[in-house]
Amino acid sequence: MSQTVVSLAISFLLGLMLLSVFAVIAMRNLFAAIILLGIYSLLAAALFMTLDAVDVAFTEAAVGAGISTILILATLLHVGHDTKAKKIIKPAPLLLVLAVGALLVYGTLDLPEFGNAQNRVHQSEITRHYLEKSPGKNGEIGIPNVVTSILASYRGYDTLGEVTVVFCAAIGVMSLLGGLRKKKKQTTVSNDSTTDSAS
Amino acid sequence: MKILYLFNYWIVIVIMLAGLYAVIASSNLVKKIAGLSIFQASVFILYISSGKILGGTAPIVDSSVPADVVFSNPLPHVLILTAIVVGVATTAVGAALIIRIHRAYGSIEENEILEYEE
Amino acid sequence: MKHHLVLRVVAKLLIPSILLFALYTQFHGDYGPGGGFQAGVIYAAGFILHALVFGLESTKKIMPLWLLKILSALGVMVYAGTGLTSLLLGRPFLDYYALAEGVHGQELGIMLVELGVGFTVSSVMLILFYLFADQGTEE
Repeated sequence: MSQTVVSLAISFLLGLMLLSVFAVIAMRNLFAAIILLGIYSLLAAALFMTLDAVDVAFTEAAVGAGISTILILATLLHVGHDTKAKKIIKPAPLLLVLAVGALLVYGTLDLPEFGNAQNRVHQSEITRHYLEKSPGKNGEIGIPNVVTSILASYRGYDTLGEVTVVFCAAIGVMSLLGGLRKKKKQTTVSNDSTTDSAS
Repeated sequence: MKILYLFNYWIVIVIMLAGLYAVIASSNLVKKIAGLSIFQASVFILYISSGKILGGTAPIVDSSVPADVVFSNPLPHVLILTAIVVGVATTAVGAALIIRIHRAYGSIEENEILEYEE
Repeated sequence: MKHHLVLRVVAKLLIPSILLFALYTQFHGDYGPGGGFQAGVIYAAGFILHALVFGLESTKKIMPLWLLKILSALGVMVYAGTGLTSLLLGRPFLDYYALAEGVHGQELGIMLVELGVGFTVSSVMLILFYLFADQGTEE
């Protein structure tokens, strides 16, 4: 009974996400498109909750629906809200994308059955080691949240790399945007006149 | 049942293709970044759905869970956690590049930038 | 946005709760969903709300940019420093058993490491917001 509820919830959320993605592509107003992107991230977070991934849902809701949306909206402050796109459907990219899609669909025919506890990925020794031997009073690490214990202790070196990547993103954005002076109005006028003469 | 779950995977693939199409085909740079973000999130869904066990629960093992409960696989969660944060880092750098491009060329439409270059 | 009384009052009520929730998420990452990344982003979200309601200049007086730059580097250093401490105490890099006996070493190491992650992520998100939103305040 609960299995059908879970599968229906997953299908419903995926359908809503599909609608929001098509709306993002079709919208000409960039502000609306980015708000829809925030809605898409929030639906993805809800989907992660249905798939029992609580840490991932937390992070996706905070980072995807929060920070990512705010940053792109702040870009729209500088670049304007409207796109001047004339055609939304272009045939050559559409054919390429459909070809890639056909290959991917052919690949999914080999996927193992969804949610079966006997799948190879759940039977592997390292998963059972993490789930059985790390939490609990006599465990190796002794904290209940297995994801945190993997992230911070067993695979702590990868998390060091991840923190460094976040720090490097800050350095990158600081070097791109840090030294700009506020002469936005002058620059736009001169560039507009140059673009008009070039086109 | 298998067809229903294959169908779910196919919807995820359609979302992935829509994101890929937005990256390739839109001429607006902000829409390209949005398409990249859509693509990344759909890959995460495909990955996390491999770790789910039907009838299982979240992988938090403390004394309040009953003894015979099955836990979903925590390993994909860890990998995707890192991937999400790296994704927002690349989105931030991409958005900063868009601001600089707009300052340099006056527009963020791909065809106008190419015309300016000629 | 300074003129809207309701926004100002509600923001003044909500921002301390948001920061407190961020600290809760940071330190209870062992017992439930949470951890350094989520806590850092929620912490930055509290200050972003302050900047949206009260203006970027007043937020910059509370959290100046030089402090954020120092904190973001400090977070990475705390993380790498935990690993180096294990190295200097004679065990492999990032081996938490060197910090204390048995399970307590692991718990101490995880707490230090998540603290470093929380520092870096919160200050980086706030730096990004300052840099992006600063350009919009034109004359």
